[in-house]
Amino acid sequence: MKIVVAIKQVPARDSQLRIAASGQWIEEADLAWEINEPDAYALEAGLRLKEKQGGEVVALCAGPERVSSTIREALAKGADRAIHIEDPLASAEPLSTARLLAAALAAEKPDLVLTGLQSDDLGFGQTGVILAELLGVAHATIVMEVEPSGAGIRVKRELEDGWFQHVEMPLPAVLAIQSGISKLRYATLMGIKKAKNKEVRRLSAADLAVSAGSPSVVLERVYLPERSKHTQLFDGPPKEAAAQLVEKLKFEARVL
Amino acid sequence: MSPTILAAMEQRDGVWNRMSFETLAAAQQLARELAGTASAAVLGSGIENLSNELAGYQLARAYAVEHEQLAVYTPDAYTLALGQLIAQVKPAIVLFPHTYQVRDFMPKLATTLGKVALSDIIALRFAENNQLVAVRQLFQGKMNADLRFTGDSPHFASLQAGAYRADHVATGSTPLEKFNPAIEASQVRTRPLELFRAAERAVDLTAAEIIVSVGRGIREADNIPMVEKLAEVLGAELAASRPICDAGWLPMERQVGSSGQTVAPKLYLAVGISGAIQHLVGMKGSRTVVAINKDPNAPIFEVADYGIVGDLFQVIPELTEAIKKAK
Repeated sequence: MKIVVAIKQVPARDSQLRIAASGQWIEEADLAWEINEPDAYALEAGLRLKEKQGGEVVALCAGPERVSSTIREALAKGADRAIHIEDPLASAEPLSTARLLAAALAAEKPDLVLTGLQSDDLGFGQTGVILAELLGVAHATIVMEVEPSGAGIRVKRELEDGWFQHVEMPLPAVLAIQSGISKLRYATLMGIKKAKNKEVRRLSAADLAVSAGSPSVVLERVYLPERSKHTQLFDGPPKEAAAQLVEKLKFEARVL
Repeated sequence: MSPTILAAMEQRDGVWNRMSFETLAAAQQLARELAGTASAAVLGSGIENLSNELAGYQLARAYAVEHEQLAVYTPDAYTLALGQLIAQVKPAIVLFPHTYQVRDFMPKLATTLGKVALSDIIALRFAENNQLVAVRQLFQGKMNADLRFTGDSPHFASLQAGAYRADHVATGSTPLEKFNPAIEASQVRTRPLELFRAAERAVDLTAAEIIVSVGRGIREADNIPMVEKLAEVLGAELAASRPICDAGWLPMERQVGSSGQTVAPKLYLAVGISGAIQHLVGMKGSRTVVAINKDPNAPIFEVADYGIVGDLFQVIPELTEAIKKAK
């Protein structure tokens, strides 16, 4: 089974984010970057499928030069090779990026495309579904398990309120994988060593013959959310803060 | 012709997803602001009851989109049916509740028309020239962004739970229109099987008066007993955000959030929980919310009445002692 896992690089989870001078994005200069955590689960699912079914796992990532580190990590964890779509101006909407990814996928012709459920930065949660439509194949989202079934696959989807559902579909297909469904592996020393000799193909938008087009949404402004509630914050020494909080809970909120 | 705002309602087995009524309220409100009209559509098979109910709201049209291929949800059938309805109705804006089902097909529908759907919207407004602007959260709620729709209609958006109030829906008497989409069985590529539920829940968090909930900030399983102790002195149920249950540090049945339980206790104490929206939707109805987190910009503070900014490993033991004394 040939599996492509689409991964994204995002600011590290604990980053202190600042708004850029343009007011239209965050200041990226001093940030640490890491693999989008939901995509790490998609990669894990891909590697496990390969271990069971055999085949190949290809990591696919769009972004500027810095995403090389995330690609190397995927290779070190066990992806066989990678495709880096050089996209210096990461788009603020999902369709433009999906068009680039779809063009690369059309040439690869995988049996299965895996994505994370959503990105920790933009959080649209749409890339997998859009890819399926652009590629003209079936899809499922919030997928917890994948197993072969006849000529196709059978997946377990999570629904709301504790419900689940099995869905069967033909291949090729695109699956958006639920986060937290497995224990993520670490890259081993051997894996890191091997990764150095694995193929990373670099492609540009021009190579893929994808033109930017005009997006149907424009990001105008990024800003800190206004607090909807007035929060009383205690930031003194722990003992003092704890005492202040208990006082409020007892006499103001009257919940103790 | 005055613009139409179309609300796409969600049902399963003849039961509404309650978020649909927030979508309906949003459609009515936008229609008023735009001097247009609101309409609504329900998709399914054998949905007379729901369609008749829909006709009892103040709308220009209530559409009953019926086909045997719509009896059980599939992204292919839903995309085809709504695509055909949109081609006929020509709405300016199509609104959805941001449910798991909508996440599964709305982006596909928008892509068939070369559009970007804006998902998980927390507010909508009209700028100059009646251009629609949507507010979304970025970076897991740490930032907000304004996004403007450009180009031709229709514009697609799904609304976060609680963004609009279902009790603001206006009732009325609306003509019901049947719409029969053309769907071939061969166009539906996925085969959905029966729904099932894991084991019955042994822990009912919804009955708890006080809940102490723990998140990623706790770092490792060995630190959970510290929070357990706090819950004990408060007489509280212990709960957690999803990552804690995924890691197996607490059982799944103690999870609060969109994939766990929805709670509204009189006191909700969030320990080391950043407040991703998936968690917030499960607890923001709580009467008093307390957050303890080292990051003052964590979104959990947006819904908190009281907060301690600090290292939970120092704060929790102090708080446990202070509560013991106060009781």
